[in-house]
Amino acid sequence: MMGFQIVVLWSDVLVWLLLATGIGVGVLIARSPPLLAAWRRVGASRAGMASATVLLAFLCVGLLDSLHYRVALDGKQGDKTQYAIEVLSLLDALVGPLRTENEKTYSAPFATHLYAKETVDRPGQGTVREFPRLKFGGAHLDDPAALVDDVGVTAFRSVALVTLGWLALAGVVALRCGGWRAVWRGDTAFAWNAVLATLAVMLLVLVPLFALAGQYHVFGTDKVGQDVLYQILKSVRTALIIGLVTTLVMLPVAVLLGIVAGYFRGWVDDLIQYLYTVLNSIPGVLLIAAAVLMMQVVIDSHPEWFATAAERADLRLLALCFILGITSWTGLCRLLRGETLKLRELEYIQAAQAFGVSNWRIILRHILPNLMHIVIIALVMDFSGLVLAEAVLSYVGIGVDPTMTSFGTMINNARMELGREPVVWWSLAAAFSAMFILVLAANLFADAVRDAFDPRAA
Amino acid sequence: MLAYIVRRLLYAIPILIGVNLITFALFFIVNTPDDMARMQLGIKRVTPEAIDKWKAERGYDKPLFVNSAAPGLSTVTETIFFEKSARMFVGDFGRAEDGRDIAREIGARMGPSLAIALPTFILGLFVTVSLALILAFFRATAFDFWGVVLCVAAMSISGLFYIIGGQYLIAKVWKLVPISGFGDGLDAWRFLVLPVFIGVLSGIGSSTRWYRTIFLEEVSKDYVRTARAKGLPETIVFFRHILRNALIPILTGVVVVIPLLFMGSLLTESFFGIPGLGSYTIDAIQAQDFAVVRSMVFIGSVLYIVGLILTDISYTLVDPRIRFS
Repeated sequence: MMGFQIVVLWSDVLVWLLLATGIGVGVLIARSPPLLAAWRRVGASRAGMASATVLLAFLCVGLLDSLHYRVALDGKQGDKTQYAIEVLSLLDALVGPLRTENEKTYSAPFATHLYAKETVDRPGQGTVREFPRLKFGGAHLDDPAALVDDVGVTAFRSVALVTLGWLALAGVVALRCGGWRAVWRGDTAFAWNAVLATLAVMLLVLVPLFALAGQYHVFGTDKVGQDVLYQILKSVRTALIIGLVTTLVMLPVAVLLGIVAGYFRGWVDDLIQYLYTVLNSIPGVLLIAAAVLMMQVVIDSHPEWFATAAERADLRLLALCFILGITSWTGLCRLLRGETLKLRELEYIQAAQAFGVSNWRIILRHILPNLMHIVIIALVMDFSGLVLAEAVLSYVGIGVDPTMTSFGTMINNARMELGREPVVWWSLAAAFSAMFILVLAANLFADAVRDAFDPRAA
Repeated sequence: MLAYIVRRLLYAIPILIGVNLITFALFFIVNTPDDMARMQLGIKRVTPEAIDKWKAERGYDKPLFVNSAAPGLSTVTETIFFEKSARMFVGDFGRAEDGRDIAREIGARMGPSLAIALPTFILGLFVTVSLALILAFFRATAFDFWGVVLCVAAMSISGLFYIIGGQYLIAKVWKLVPISGFGDGLDAWRFLVLPVFIGVLSGIGSSTRWYRTIFLEEVSKDYVRTARAKGLPETIVFFRHILRNALIPILTGVVVVIPLLFMGSLLTESFFGIPGLGSYTIDAIQAQDFAVVRSMVFIGSVLYIVGLILTDISYTLVDPRIRFS
């Protein structure tokens, strides 16, 4: 029996807290008819639901990657158990071979041989320069020429499996929603046809990919021989944390200050306006650069705070979220202040004031609920921008810790590879495509949410 | 008008002081000069003497705000705050780690930055406004729909992809222009074509979509209906009425970034090896040159505030309903 010790990273806590908040907000929404109606409109949007399906898949990967543990090392009986320095996650355990089956250096997708020639000693022939076979990629094949057949058979089997599974799922949906025809035409209140179509595409691509990933490096390997597919999976969590935790950090500040400034006016308003004008005046990248440089000094001068490298990288990620939050709350704050200024002049607020309802109660019961649509729109709109920003910041050297896998660090490590001969394109292509899919889905979802919530759009 | 501008300028002073205080707090209070010295010197060479020497060379060995040891007015002037932070107001930024004068370096690097940023800005604005106009003209057709879809797809692509992909395809595979570098005088155009092209391309998605919504907002206004009711052909309505009115929010919206063009672009300049302010900043960040980063933060804020003032002035110029109050 192998023991393990559960490691709770700070970002894990925030991720699960975020999920709990999301569920909590969902329960609240279910009680509020106007918000529920708006979410129903999102649910009826085909683009919105198709992108939500993709986002949900990313979210699952991110959540699986947010349960961390350290494996116990084999020691003598009676010794105090020692734990490995390496922090693993549930995702690592699920995709086991992807993490451990590392090659020597670059290898192309589905390759059976290494990218670079090596000098090999052949008995009887002396030394020859040749492309050596990979240690793991396609190692089960006796003859590398059988590659196409082997890939074809595996892919065909998984496609058949996927088709059966998908048909079963579609059947259940059709039974519940009044027949195939209604689902196909989109006559259902919820855009089931979009969800099913997206699922079909995703399953047809992903299931064969993962079925093959056990025997091949489907996206190739990078400079140190690590599987690119594994790096992509690990990057998802970083991107999600940057996109979600940052908003979570800045949301309370922006909401509180924005409403207070708009509601109380006077010197409070002047002070808050001054604060966000000053912060807004500093160009974002430069403020982030200055803050990250300073944070780096703090982290470097206190190595005793961190038990493992993962904890250090994790703290740096969180600090980056805080810094991004500090630089990005001003826009939402200004929007909310303007809207509160308008709301406080409306009759029902004045009626509440005349009844002697306290200021904070008015803010909580009458103003905040009427600003929720702005908050929700801002939340989903910011996400994609933050994911893109992470890549740029990591390239500049002020992003996440270099040891932490993210789309930014992947691109940064691979940016010179297009200059090689022959070209090493797979790391860059995989990182950019994965990022594109994530950001595109987020953008489409944000549009659907904005259309459903923005009263001006209706 | 003049009184208005003066008032706006006066209003900028407390904001600049705020920016100055924030950067000072970030660079000297969150981290003491001792921490910076340790970081710059590296782990191996850290001795108390080395740290003291490093601080003395850069003038970081003085007290932060009040120097009680110095006589008279020097109690305030012989401090880190006055020498490193307050003197930035008069354009004295001190020296970088390599000993060069930062102010002179900034002056020399503004030209190349502007040579990239200005054409990108003007060309980008022209292209995106034209595209948005075309989409808005064919609104609610399949052409418009697919145009918007393309815009959303284009804005979902990382800016790094445009640069890396463009550099690879145009400079390496097709060999049309040099991959990177910069030349003197008119010869520089060969080096400018690619970064400007990529800069314009990477901005198309989001700007076109944004300008299209501005055009569409204008289309639904009353005066447009009146113009149509008078029997004007759609092209006249569009180019004489809608275009002119929609250009007001578009142009006043971009005024704020004009002064920031001096700062150049971090990514473009570092990828194309252009000796502008953007690459200067990146190099400083990577070398952890605190003095340079501090100066760039300050200059960036000054330029942004100038942009805000210009925006306010441009509003009053184009819209007579806004009074100078």
